[in-house]
Amino acid sequence: MTSLPKQPSARKLGLVIDLDTCVGCHACVVNCKEWNTGGYPAPLTDQNPYGKDVSGAWLNRVHTFEAGEGADGRTVHFPKSCLHCEEPLCVSVCPTGASYKRNDDGIVLVDEDRCMGCGLCAWACPYGAREMDMGVGVMKKCTLCIDRIYNENLDEADRVPACVSTCPASARHFGDLGDPGSAVSQLVAERGGYDLMPEQGYKPTNKYLPPRPRRDATTAGSRPERLDEARPEGGFLGWVDRLLSAV
Amino acid sequence: MHPAYSVIFFTTASGAGFGLLTLLGILGPLQQLPNDRWFGLVALFVAFALAVSGLLSSTLHLRSPSRARYAFSQWRSSWLSREGVAAVATMIVAGVFAIGWVFFEATAGWWGAAGLLAALGAVVTVASTGMIYAVLKPIRQWHDPLVVPAYLLFALATGAVWLDAVVTVLARNNQALSLGAIVLLVLAWGVKAAYWKRIDTGQSISTPESATGLGALGPVSLLMAPHTEENYLQREMGYRVARKHAVKLRGLAVIGGLALPVPLLVAGWLLPAVPGSVCAVLAALLATLGVLVERWLFFAEARHTVTLYYGHRDG
Repeated sequence: MTSLPKQPSARKLGLVIDLDTCVGCHACVVNCKEWNTGGYPAPLTDQNPYGKDVSGAWLNRVHTFEAGEGADGRTVHFPKSCLHCEEPLCVSVCPTGASYKRNDDGIVLVDEDRCMGCGLCAWACPYGAREMDMGVGVMKKCTLCIDRIYNENLDEADRVPACVSTCPASARHFGDLGDPGSAVSQLVAERGGYDLMPEQGYKPTNKYLPPRPRRDATTAGSRPERLDEARPEGGFLGWVDRLLSAV
Repeated sequence: MHPAYSVIFFTTASGAGFGLLTLLGILGPLQQLPNDRWFGLVALFVAFALAVSGLLSSTLHLRSPSRARYAFSQWRSSWLSREGVAAVATMIVAGVFAIGWVFFEATAGWWGAAGLLAALGAVVTVASTGMIYAVLKPIRQWHDPLVVPAYLLFALATGAVWLDAVVTVLARNNQALSLGAIVLLVLAWGVKAAYWKRIDTGQSISTPESATGLGALGPVSLLMAPHTEENYLQREMGYRVARKHAVKLRGLAVIGGLALPVPLLVAGWLLPAVPGSVCAVLAALLATLGVLVERWLFFAEARHTVTLYYGHRDG
């Protein structure tokens, strides 16, 4: 049923994305595609992948923005995937019951056997988190790697979404944002994590950590001392030093 | 938003069909229309043909149409599902009404009650169509209180000009009906004019700054898109062709949908049978064409907040 859960779930699994450390390498994008084209929403098709007009369904994309102007402008890499909102209009507009929000952990999923591919849910999402899979004819979206995070065949350390496991800059964190004591909640509290487009009223679960203030003369630490010059006093290196100095 | 032809044809045709059904379902039982079975057959056939062809064309934009049957299941939450349920229920009741009119030449009593129920169902169906768009918060031009009234009035107005055409061709007793159609057309386009004014002066509540949360650093602009070619989101929601010609197209819609049909409707009741009938049918065709352009604009002028992530400033 595409009615939302009566009570918001206590557990709110989601991602915290650190815009300060994201280097824009797109590894999360690629690993997301790699895992999910064989996982829950498989296959995740592309059209004309080696020709002109390449197109395909991807569940995670990295935009790059410039924030601020001139010398104060900053380049910010901005990964975006489903935010697993508490008020997901994408779910309540679904006419077939294919889209649903899980009671236990708040993850928003698509039951592909019921999706008729009308595309209304993609219209209802302000963030552009859903993409139609033109090869399969159903809507695809981030599953928060539901087939990894509860997968007991994986080592416990690997039970995180593919995007989180692959990020070389540790810019992506996964956890329970409904628990104020969790590591992700504390990270959000500490760094001033925020919602995207709160004015739209979707109450997204995923949070973004803002870039840290730029260091200038007042905030930068003292420069490290220059290293001493090499002064070998004795032994083989001292002999080489003396010999070369004499030549 | 990308104007899908199947959806534009669907909302226009089924709007006219359900509008016509509403008028037949009310005016029939009130004994304001001929009880004659041939009149009933033609008028109800036009209504059914418009409504059903519209509903069938709406399945053309589905990527997995074989699962369309599930769309009747989520009426508790989804307006699209409600529209489907209401459309089918209306068709069934209208079928009963049609049996009375065509086979027994009866439009009163229980047959009339079926007609009134069908009229109510048709109004609910069209209102549900409007609500599908009106609940979509990310699209400011659709999340507007005038969207549902416009859908209802255009359905009734196009239904009225089609009824006028059928009555003029078959029965020739139509001054009141033509006048009613003119009033509905003026009302519908009046609401549309107010709607256009609203969307022209309104502003999106979201900006690239709120979409990224980076406003504290200064104005936000897209430096690099996430991918080199257009993706589904841009094709579906980044449509820009019509905006360039919006003013011209609005003019064309009003000329086709209002300025030409009104004198034709008047001519329909002033002229003798044959030229009068031609005028009335032309009025119906033009009014529908005008609504078709209006519906195309409804999509093409709408902007989705996702375009904020792709370098547009006004979502």
